[in-house]
Amino acid sequence: MSGILGKKIGMTQIFDESGLAIPVTVVEAGPCFVTQVRTEKKDGYNAVQIAFGDIKEKNVVKPLRGHFEKAKIQPRRYLKEFDFSDMDDVKIGDEVKVDIFHPGGTVKVTGVSKGKGFQGTVKRHKFGGGPKTHGQSDRLRAPGSLGQSSWPSRVFKGLKMSGRMGGERVTLKNVTVVKVDAENNLLFLKGALPGARHSLLEIVK
Amino acid sequence: MDVLHAVTANQLRTDIPEFRPGDTVAVHVRVVEGEKERIQIFQGVCIKRSGGAINETFTVRKISNGVGVERIFPLHSPRLAKIEVKRLGKVRRAKLYYLRELRGKAARIKERV
Repeated sequence: MSGILGKKIGMTQIFDESGLAIPVTVVEAGPCFVTQVRTEKKDGYNAVQIAFGDIKEKNVVKPLRGHFEKAKIQPRRYLKEFDFSDMDDVKIGDEVKVDIFHPGGTVKVTGVSKGKGFQGTVKRHKFGGGPKTHGQSDRLRAPGSLGQSSWPSRVFKGLKMSGRMGGERVTLKNVTVVKVDAENNLLFLKGALPGARHSLLEIVK
Repeated sequence: MDVLHAVTANQLRTDIPEFRPGDTVAVHVRVVEGEKERIQIFQGVCIKRSGGAINETFTVRKISNGVGVERIFPLHSPRLAKIEVKRLGKVRRAKLYYLRELRGKAARIKERV
């Protein structure tokens, strides 16, 4: 279950051998470096911590600076733990690159979706809205009834209503890997991925 | 955007002739039927070009058996065997949607020299 961290670059299309245009999202993934190996014996679980992204030396807080020094690698912006149980013998300082993925395989991609602000129920929960005609006024995007009558005389908790939308952690499963460019650390994944351009993505095999 | 242009640069075709909306083009399309591959020609007026770089497409309109038919082709698609420019047209806009309402004599386009 090895994984990698990447930066979303943007979308484009590439033509496959049969001439079909495939929509792809280009992700600049890795190189990541192993900063810590967690073991069952010491930490109670198995995982590998990897670091990714450029950061100015002065912006690294002291405790983290020590952490990177211990691993003998340059400070990086992001640290994330992954389950690397399918790879054995992972050591501190190891490089994780896009070549762990293969074209045609599927991955799981996690990112933070674009913030949409305060949205109504039609956009946020796919409500149908009200009728446009038959004497209706101001009902087109209204949420409709919120509940019953004198019993229970209240609105149930958790009812779908308007509110903040987006900006949350989203995971896509079974995303197809179309192409792997190991030279430029690029991954081509089929279709759209969560988040804005230049945002962080976790890609798990 | 630079990375996106760089990764698709090798897919851009360099053998495409220059043509504009209003020009009459014959598009040679590779059609795969089972095992066999043959070339089908779609000739008509280019009524628009849209998008840029690898995403660029163009629309060709022709009258087939009295019915208007429009096909949208990706400009850099490897399925296009060849694009022939048959006639240069002189038009005053980039999108020739007005041709959809015109028939016969009215739908003619002046030749560009």
